[in-house]
Amino acid sequence: MDEAVKRNAPSREFLEKIFRTAYKIRVFETEGIKLYRQGLIRGYFHPYLGQEGIATGVCAALREGDYIASTHRGHGHCIAWGADVKRMVAELLQKETGYCRGYGGSMHIADIGKGNLGANGIVGAGTPLGVGAALAAQIRGSDAVTVTFTTDGASNNGTFLESLNLAAIWNLNFILVIENNQYAVSTPIEEATRDTDLYKRGLSIGVESHQVDGNDPLAVYHLTREAVETCRAGKGPVLIEAKTFRHMGHHVNDPGKYMPEERLAFYKARDPIDRARAALVEMSGVDKADIDAIEAEIAAEFAEAVDFAKESREITAAEFRQFVAAY
Amino acid sequence: MREIMYREALREAIDEEMQRNSDVFIIGEGIAERGGSYKVTEGLLAKYGPRRVRDTPIAEAGMIGVGVGAAIAGARPIVEILYVDFAMLGMDMLVNQAAKFRLMTGGDGRVPFVMRTQGGAGGGVAAQHSQSLEALFYHIPGLKVVMPSAPADAKGLLKYALRQDDPVMFLEHKHLYMTKGPVPEGEHIVEFGKADIKRPGRDVTVIAWSNMVPRALEAAAALAEEGIEAEVVDPRTLVPLDTETILASVARTNRVVIVQEAVRRGGVASDIASIIQEEAFYELDAPIEIVAGLNIPIPFNLELEKASVPQKDDVIRAARRALHIQPMAIAAK
Repeated sequence: MDEAVKRNAPSREFLEKIFRTAYKIRVFETEGIKLYRQGLIRGYFHPYLGQEGIATGVCAALREGDYIASTHRGHGHCIAWGADVKRMVAELLQKETGYCRGYGGSMHIADIGKGNLGANGIVGAGTPLGVGAALAAQIRGSDAVTVTFTTDGASNNGTFLESLNLAAIWNLNFILVIENNQYAVSTPIEEATRDTDLYKRGLSIGVESHQVDGNDPLAVYHLTREAVETCRAGKGPVLIEAKTFRHMGHHVNDPGKYMPEERLAFYKARDPIDRARAALVEMSGVDKADIDAIEAEIAAEFAEAVDFAKESREITAAEFRQFVAAY
Repeated sequence: MREIMYREALREAIDEEMQRNSDVFIIGEGIAERGGSYKVTEGLLAKYGPRRVRDTPIAEAGMIGVGVGAAIAGARPIVEILYVDFAMLGMDMLVNQAAKFRLMTGGDGRVPFVMRTQGGAGGGVAAQHSQSLEALFYHIPGLKVVMPSAPADAKGLLKYALRQDDPVMFLEHKHLYMTKGPVPEGEHIVEFGKADIKRPGRDVTVIAWSNMVPRALEAAAALAEEGIEAEVVDPRTLVPLDTETILASVARTNRVVIVQEAVRRGGVASDIASIIQEEAFYELDAPIEIVAGLNIPIPFNLELEKASVPQKDDVIRAARRALHIQPMAIAAK
């Protein structure tokens, strides 16, 4: 565990929040895949399994009024940002009670009023959008910070440089979090770039840049907190490369056979949920019964969300016609 | 009424809206100290400061995307793109982000984003700086497409664009910046979806936008000498399109010429023709005439450049055809 985190002696409340968030994402994805297999969810579903530590650690360092922009693999970001699981499941089940009333689905969940600029089906697109939100905040004289979650795959896209550079020349309160899960769909990072240490790309344009173990939620939290302070002091942007690994293929229907077993085993041995749970147990003396109770509570919350979604109605043809009349 | 140039009218709109709403800001290449390639933003930096008037690096995808993001977060950005040709670098941000955001979020997300840019041939700037690309944006549900031809429209439409909540492709024409016309001082709003009859006439409806409006008006003046009264209808916004005014004009004249500078293939003119034949087939006394650019990139050579886009005489000939008047008959007259 990060020495600085230990020194800061996090409270039980905080450690429990970290564990709850990470575990809630794990349950959402694990159970969501089951709903997909049952045919209740259509289209794409990109599980965040194995990467939960990043969204959990980053969002814990943000506050109300800040913004996040997400990726196609966005369920975890929404949950860590505090989204209502009921409305998330309802969206996946294309119901009127969903975040996008069934118009968006998994890849477009957003909650603008609460600062979630949305998941995105175009790899890399969240970076300029996030920089734009940071620019809007600066123009309004706000010290709000915007975090864009992006990916190793998106780091080879042109807008990565264009928008991070804009954030840099304008000293925006912007944090770019690269979730380096080492695969762009099925292409390993070694085939996609010569230097796989992606944080160096920020350094090359004068952006403070760091690398962190993305499977350690507390280390991610600690680093993000520093980055947030740097931004609020007017010294942004900051880039954080969080190394991680998917627990499965690119999406539900991708078995991920191209992922080497040894590497998967290495990362599974460093599972972010296990680490969040261990931190809670070791640092605040929570016992197994307490952990079991938390896990049962989260599982029940998800089951309730599924019931809510199933009972919800879909948008009607009349509502649809009325909505699209403006087009 | 006082007369000012198209570019001055645009500047006045931006100035007034920046004064009115502190969420309005503008970014672009060389728009701050330099005042923009076409001098539209001259003086705005001094008045509003570097926070709201910013130069950008040459990074169209980035700057369009950043503008879209700022709009999603509730600000009202104007992103100036030097040439519409360069907007192609930012198409993902326009087509996949700005245009779709409202629907994808079930209506909660709005994108009050304005991209100002200019297009058109006639500047001797060759194939990558002369296109008319409105059809690309017209094709994408979710984008508004605005193409003012007159200074007063430029001002009123831009002011309206900065008060509504959808992404707007505000397409100016490089040949119009120096043209003058009467423009109301202060509050002057032109709502989207309201066509303007630039010249009334009973014999033939000529639908034209942007720089084709002055060309259509020149043609109408020449036709008037032959005793043909052309009605020139300027839709002003292609999305939304004021079909009501167009169809009412068609019902009066029963003959239609549509003029667009853009290439003929897959153009807006074809779509307007399709709407007219669908809605007013029995009003028509002649096939709809379309005068459009050739299906080619714009060449550099002056004569070839002229040959590539509609000229006054092309409009005149089309109007005569719509009236079944043979050139020989005119010559004999």
